[in-house]
Amino acid sequence: MVNEATIWKLFENIFDPEVPVLSILDLGIVREVHVKSKQEVEVVITPTYSGCPAMDVIGMSIRMALLQEGFTQVQVKQVLSPAWTTDWMSESGKQKLKAYGIAPPNHKQLVCTPDAFQEEEAVQCPHCGSYHTQLVSRFGSTACKALYQCNDCQEPFDYFKCH
Amino acid sequence: MHDPLFHYCLFLADSALILGHRNSEWCGHGPVLEQDIALTNIALDLIGQARNLYQYAASIQGGDATEDTLAYLRDERAYKNCLLVELPNGHWGQTVLRQFFFSTYQYYLFQQLINSTDVQLAAIAEKSLKEVTYHVRWSSEWVIRLGDGTEESKQKMEEAVDNLWSYTGELFVPAAYETPGFGVDLNVVQMQWQQKVAAILDEATLALSQQGWMQKGGKEGTHTEHLGYILAEMQSLQRTYPGARW
Ligand SMILES: [Zn+2]
Repeated sequence: MVNEATIWKLFENIFDPEVPVLSILDLGIVREVHVKSKQEVEVVITPTYSGCPAMDVIGMSIRMALLQEGFTQVQVKQVLSPAWTTDWMSESGKQKLKAYGIAPPNHKQLVCTPDAFQEEEAVQCPHCGSYHTQLVSRFGSTACKALYQCNDCQEPFDYFKCH
Repeated sequence: MHDPLFHYCLFLADSALILGHRNSEWCGHGPVLEQDIALTNIALDLIGQARNLYQYAASIQGGDATEDTLAYLRDERAYKNCLLVELPNGHWGQTVLRQFFFSTYQYYLFQQLINSTDVQLAAIAEKSLKEVTYHVRWSSEWVIRLGDGTEESKQKMEEAVDNLWSYTGELFVPAAYETPGFGVDLNVVQMQWQQKVAAILDEATLALSQQGWMQKGGKEGTHTEHLGYILAEMQSLQRTYPGARW
């Protein structure tokens, strides 16, 4: 019988379709795995953002992978609480993001409040390593990213924003 | 269906969906690319929140109900969104101001709803609140920039305050299905909303509107003529090809 440890291991090879260097474990969205019998398994995941279109694809990838392992009843359950936070992203995930050219999230900070024109935390340029960077827009190419530009190498880059 | 919880979920969901739809009309038309992307991101968050609420409402209704039947197969009178969100976008400044009014309402509402004894409502509020925090920041910054901007932008924002103001009162008048409260004291939400709005408009050098008379009806299903056009566009595929799937 396929045990839970094997399934967690399997998830190292299921990737976020929008940031394909990150596995769903790196993202920290898999919350629980319950093997109920030889045929039946339940996986609990939590979305990064309410409207994240990747969640449906990820749910399907999980289902396919587990069907291939011989399970016939696969339930992928979505829970919203506790709400996902970038603090659940793995350290290796953060390194992979940086190598991919996306600045990894800083630790969750006090600036996650609704007050206007707050001092932004310093975000390191993933290209040249400079902290001399500026926010272009808090909203980027996907829900989880903000748009930055480096003042030293001038390159624009995505920042996986703290959430 | 007489369960107030069901109708309350629909009110929250419809308001998020219709504003998401209105914001999506800006896609490809924003004044600059970054802000076009910002507003469409906000639209995506709102539609995601609506989905969570419709899924919950569908589970309460039971039977064949799904998030899709609730969004695509109810007519205008069954929609419970507040009037504010169905108004035409107007110019960019008016869209931004409307977002600020609505996001600020959502922010203080969800702050209380996360402590609701209804566990699923509390979970949806907890999830949404993190997104709404970004929306409040973004929209209030733009209200300030445009209000305290050029002579023209200031004048346009003054018009926008006048155009939208009478649609804000409805948010704080409880509909019949809101009487259980679900853990929310609407008077507190109103007080916090008024404080925040006064502070941001002040920073934007914009005067508070003196209009006292307020529109209402949306939350109970009586809408402006605009909602029908939105639904006609949004629902046309499911109405024309019932049950169509991707
Ligand atoms: Zn750089």
